[in-house]
Amino acid sequence: MKEVTITIDNTKHSVAKGLTVLDAARQVGIDIPSLCFMKLHDINIENKPGGCRICVVEVKGRKNLVPSCCTEVEDGMEIQTHSMRVINARRTVMELILSDHPAECLTCAKAGDCELQVVADRLGIRELHYEGEKTHLPKGNSPAISRDPNKCILCRRCEMMCNEVQTVGCLGAVNRGFHSVVTPAFGNDLINSVCTFCGQCVAVCPTGALTEIDESAKVVRALNDPTKTVIVQTAPAVRAALGEEFGNEPGTLVTGKMVAALRRLGFHYVFDTDFAADLTIMEEGTELLRRLKGYLAGDTSVKLPILTSCCPAWVNFFEHQFPDMRDIPSTARSPQQMFGAIAKTYFADLLKIERKDLVVVSIMPCLAKKYERARPEFQQNGNPDVDVVLSTRELARLIKLCNIDLNQLPDEEFDQPLGESTGAGVLFGTTGGVIEAAVRTAYEIHTGKELPKLEFEELRGMEGLREATIDFDGLDLKIGIAHGLGNARRMLEDIRSGKSHFHAIEIMSCPGGCIGGGGQPYHHGHVEILKKRQLALYKEDGSKKIRKSHENPYIVSLYKNFLGAPMSNLAHLLLHTHYFDKKY
Amino acid sequence: MENTIIKFAMGTCGIASGTQDILNLFDKELSRLNYPASLVKTGCMGHCYAEPTISITLPGKDAVYFGNVNEERARDIIDHFLLKGDHTEGIIPPEGDFSRKQLKIALRNCGEIDPENIQEYIDREGYKALMKCLTKKPEKVIAEIKDSGLRGRGGGGFSTGLKWEITRKSKSDVKYVVCNADEGDPGAFMDRSVLEGDPHSVIEAMIICGYSIGSNNGLVYIRAEYPLAISRLKTALNQAREQGFLGENILHSGFSFDIEIRYGAGAFVCGEETALIHSMEGMRGEPTFKPPYPSVSGYMGKPTCVNNVETLANIATIIRNGAEWFSSIGTATSKGTKVFALAGKIKRTGLIEVPMGTTLREIIFEIGGGIKGIKKFKAAQTGGPSGGCLSEQYLDTPIDYEHLLEAGSMMGSGGMIVLDEDDCMVSMAKFYLEFSIDESCGKCAPCRLGNKRLHEMLVKITDGKGTMADLQKIKDLSVVIKDTSLCGLGQTSPNPVLSTLNQFHDEYVAHIEERNCSAHQCKELIHYVILPDKCTGCTVCFRNCPVEAIYGDKGEVHSILDHQCIKCGICLSKCKFNAIIIN
Amino acid sequence: MTTLSESTRNFLVELCRKYRNDEHELINVLHEAQDALGYLPVEVQHLVAGELKIPDARVYGVVTFYSFFTMVPKGKFDISICMGTACYVKGNELILDEFKRRLNVKVGGTTPDGIFTLSTLRCVGACSLAPVVSIGNKVFGNVTPLQVKKIIDEYIEKAEELH
Ligand SMILES: Cc1cc2nc3c(=O)[nH]c(=O)nc-3n(C[C@H](O)[C@H](O)[C@H](O)COP(=O)(O)O)c2cc1C
Ligand code: SF4
Ligand code: SF4
Ligand code: SF4
Ligand code: SF4
Ligand code: SF4
Ligand code: SF4
Ligand code: SF4
Ligand code: SF4
Ligand code: FES
Ligand code: FES
Ligand code: FES
Repeated sequence: MKEVTITIDNTKHSVAKGLTVLDAARQVGIDIPSLCFMKLHDINIENKPGGCRICVVEVKGRKNLVPSCCTEVEDGMEIQTHSMRVINARRTVMELILSDHPAECLTCAKAGDCELQVVADRLGIRELHYEGEKTHLPKGNSPAISRDPNKCILCRRCEMMCNEVQTVGCLGAVNRGFHSVVTPAFGNDLINSVCTFCGQCVAVCPTGALTEIDESAKVVRALNDPTKTVIVQTAPAVRAALGEEFGNEPGTLVTGKMVAALRRLGFHYVFDTDFAADLTIMEEGTELLRRLKGYLAGDTSVKLPILTSCCPAWVNFFEHQFPDMRDIPSTARSPQQMFGAIAKTYFADLLKIERKDLVVVSIMPCLAKKYERARPEFQQNGNPDVDVVLSTRELARLIKLCNIDLNQLPDEEFDQPLGESTGAGVLFGTTGGVIEAAVRTAYEIHTGKELPKLEFEELRGMEGLREATIDFDGLDLKIGIAHGLGNARRMLEDIRSGKSHFHAIEIMSCPGGCIGGGGQPYHHGHVEILKKRQLALYKEDGSKKIRKSHENPYIVSLYKNFLGAPMSNLAHLLLHTHYFDKKY
Repeated sequence: MENTIIKFAMGTCGIASGTQDILNLFDKELSRLNYPASLVKTGCMGHCYAEPTISITLPGKDAVYFGNVNEERARDIIDHFLLKGDHTEGIIPPEGDFSRKQLKIALRNCGEIDPENIQEYIDREGYKALMKCLTKKPEKVIAEIKDSGLRGRGGGGFSTGLKWEITRKSKSDVKYVVCNADEGDPGAFMDRSVLEGDPHSVIEAMIICGYSIGSNNGLVYIRAEYPLAISRLKTALNQAREQGFLGENILHSGFSFDIEIRYGAGAFVCGEETALIHSMEGMRGEPTFKPPYPSVSGYMGKPTCVNNVETLANIATIIRNGAEWFSSIGTATSKGTKVFALAGKIKRTGLIEVPMGTTLREIIFEIGGGIKGIKKFKAAQTGGPSGGCLSEQYLDTPIDYEHLLEAGSMMGSGGMIVLDEDDCMVSMAKFYLEFSIDESCGKCAPCRLGNKRLHEMLVKITDGKGTMADLQKIKDLSVVIKDTSLCGLGQTSPNPVLSTLNQFHDEYVAHIEERNCSAHQCKELIHYVILPDKCTGCTVCFRNCPVEAIYGDKGEVHSILDHQCIKCGICLSKCKFNAIIIN
Repeated sequence: MTTLSESTRNFLVELCRKYRNDEHELINVLHEAQDALGYLPVEVQHLVAGELKIPDARVYGVVTFYSFFTMVPKGKFDISICMGTACYVKGNELILDEFKRRLNVKVGGTTPDGIFTLSTLRCVGACSLAPVVSIGNKVFGNVTPLQVKKIIDEYIEKAEELH
């Protein structure tokens, strides 16, 4: 790589050619503030509209200040990052942004996590010198995401996420000048749009303009209702990220402490979605093997590849945009919904209570799950299989609300029977994990042999699109993996055009899979955090005694005592679903 | 015997003034009289102040121009000038001030030829430059343009030859030539007039540009508000194709080039080249940060040479007459001529073209004939919303890129609005800022929000609620907006404020400290009053006031209810006894 | 969403096809659609988006960006006041105020009887006739506030004749 020499704040540095001034400065320890700029290294995505102008610097020879995020270094460039002129300009621009911003920090869902707040503070804004008309637009709600356009600073990160990474195309800038704002088409609410509720826009929004719908009050109410039995399930990715909300390093596993906290919050049973993940593997794995068998036998009515279906945003995506292909994904419900269905039947029966007196709460890294739980097909007579979904962030707030210091709690174990899980279930939280879990089970069932090695390195990683061939005892099983809906779209288009040669494909909507879900602690663009969360999950898998779903004793007994066999009639009724044409 | 040729200025404004009716009248009358004449529809002749305008060339004679040709004058011209050879009213003298100081290069054919007839263009050496170029090496053509010193007329003033050279050097299989005909400056109509009056000059230049930079594709981005220019351009393109100047293998040179039209949709910012490119790609017209410049990565990511209409209109003459000829005109840094659209409180509004270096005084007082009526000159606004005002002290400033910048204004695209004592400079600044707010794309914070706040502060002042501290705030904020905005719109939008603040500081102070608008334009600061000693009680004002703000019995002195008055000025214009004044 | 008539659908599908269903031709398509239909309601935008295979939000973003495009039907007569500089210095604000007052609509608004839409535009290029008001193809020059009522009455009469 070629180097150029630049002078930055009066010190000479040699930096790589092609870098932006912002990146170069950060490399040499000068942290220029930025707001609209965002770089997601691992997925190679950048947002740099050059719109906020907070990152401006002075470059000798240029008439105007330049945005460091959009300006490439040049040999001999002389840069000032904190001259009077620069500081004054930054502060003025920040004051302008704040002059059209509701000053609601005390009651804002983003308070404490808000990049606007942080940068304003860094610039030492203590007084606003400009005032005038403010944007007054109605707020928008949906089952999962709340929008407050008045807090939007037009950084366009959400737009980039939704359009370029996810290729959903729900959000876009409308109007112009002072009236510009980012909204779904025709000013509709998200629920009347192509939104998948993947929450990736929420994950990157620097302000409180996009946040999750907070449902923790519902949980508090249920916990205080003596007539209800309240149980909770926690998704695998939550334990790998929750600790961050309590000051722990990214990648710190807090499984045991999380269980302890939930118990102290008053949940009657603390269960694990991982259990349902094992169940998903049983159903999905069986479906895969059946389809595979039929296919190999030459049955032309059997479609391959089979696509995973445990990600509800992905389900929304193909229902909206590829309804013609909705017979390809597995019919297996997501682990959350399998859990809910089993809880409200099998487990309610065990407790001898009525369905309506059992409240099922999910703790999810995900916002789409909030939408999913409200789908009519997952309710019986108006009573949903899952009653409330809280994001990882909401759980953290709830824990804090109830004065619990997570870090000081002892490690505790999940309750039984719906809390026992395997290493395979844990893997569901990361890209590649579902398919790895499925392979472990499918291999052993198909070949009747024990796997010599459980880690499939070829399925792991962070590449947006990955493929691997697994030797199923003579049969080459071709596997594809996509995370991020943009990559999913490419997979689907290949399938549609007949280019795809895969037998099975795992799809996760969020970059990184659920560890990067829209309900996780904000990564503020530092996606290396996702890798750490991923490693945490691999670690948890490695530490488990049982690491294959079909060996989970409680799963075995669930089938024996209740469901019969995978894909039995009852299993179909409770654990499978069907998809709709929601072409918009 | 040759025919008499009668030309009718039929640009948009000529047509709006009723030239078509005059043409019909001539047509009817002359055929009734069996008078042998060819009637030609041309583009703008430049005499906006005297529309409808026509020119008559008797066989073997020079053309004679007539202004304000209404029906009566038309009959007069036919009866006396044509039939009897007598002198008639309304002749615009060719050696008069309006024409004498002008030099027409870009406008060489405007008002002279029928823009819908390619032959007339060819007869005036049209497409000769192209033929000449096709036999030369592209580098040679670029060198010629570079040597001529031609700079972009779209506002930026970048060397045209250099731009071509950079685009030529950008390696790519596909490149584009784009003609920027978005002309969004309010009060500017140079580019429209060129396209309406001489579309082939632009087409020829685009082909030459394509040949020089190695591009086979041209695009004209034109605002949809210019239907006549669009239709004439389309006609011209078709004719050029028929004649083999456009299309495959142009004039058997082996070089192919064609031109498509793209339409604007009402967004001033789309004149900015990156925004223009996004708009042509079917997107929102939001600018992007430069570099990369379009000459490296433009339309569809390919190297794109964006040139303004007027810039292009100069090209063919430079090729034909040589760089040396062109560079002998103008000043040290600004070569050639500049077209201005003269409007406002000036006697002769119109479209003029003068050598660079001509002074403001020459333009306003000689060509433009000075201020209309008895009022005094106050300022000339150049450069539109990105420019500034030039007060009396700058009247002798030679007009070129550098001098205008020095004076705190801009060459801009060439709108020149002349203001007199009745114009309030604070309102003027507010007016331009309002334009910038309406047209800001909203992408970057300083422009989206800063201009809005600036405007709000100006409103405060014109409402009589400003403070002296606001003035400092306005200045400080203006500087930051200019310094930090993403594109040229925001980088220049505070100019009208800064320049008026600089040159008319006292007027701002008067608004603030005395709540006084000497131009009587700020409604909140003025009051209509009836002078009792002059009022005859004729009731005219009473009857015409749209909001019943006047009372008084017939024959009695009338009065105005100030709180009810909407300051429409109707009463004042109606009172025959000068009994109403503004306080 | 209401549905479009069969013929409108066909027209729009044809229109997009004429432009090779190329997303880069969006603005051209919208121009022609508005020419034919008078305005660009949500249903039209949705259909165009589908034909050009781009998200609705993109089309909506473009429609709301450019002042030429409108999502509401205009009145029978579109009264446009020139807001260019030449017209400004010749007092267009007084003219605009008078129109606003007499029609009792804001800029961009349409009178309840559907006869007039009041709009502004930037320089029609007839600066020498400033201040300028244009209605359809007709340009009124040197307009005074006093003339406003006359102009309105003239067009109300025209509207009645059309009935
Ligand atoms: C806000 C803005 C509006 C502009 N409008 C126009 C315009 O209407 N016509 C034009 O030719 N150039 C316009 N320009 C300048 C163009 O960006 C560009 O510099 C020009 O078309 C280049 O051509 P030239 O080198 O021949 O001048 C505008 C620039 C800005 C920043
Ligand atoms: S978005 Fe940030 S700055 Fe705005 S109110 Fe919320 S916390 Fe405060
Ligand atoms: S930061 Fe200031 S306003 Fe906010 S809580 Fe603390 S003292 Fe109150
Ligand atoms: S949740 Fe996902 S699909 Fe919905 S708007 Fe946000 S990024 Fe787009
Ligand atoms: S909603 Fe949030 S992410 Fe989207 S543009 Fe506004 S501030 Fe940025
Ligand atoms: S990847 Fe996980 S977190 Fe993201 S939408 Fe899908 S299920 Fe939810
Ligand atoms: S300066 Fe104004 S017009 Fe230019 S990009 Fe910024 S907001 Fe848009
Ligand atoms: S028009 Fe003049 S003279 Fe007549 S009543 Fe009014 S003020 Fe008096
Ligand atoms: S200015 Fe207009 S509103 Fe005021 S009194 Fe005169 S006519 Fe009436
Ligand atoms: S961070 Fe560079 S312009 Fe916003
Ligand atoms: S004479 Fe035609 S534009 Fe003025
Ligand atoms: S400014 Fe009104 S017509 Fe030009």
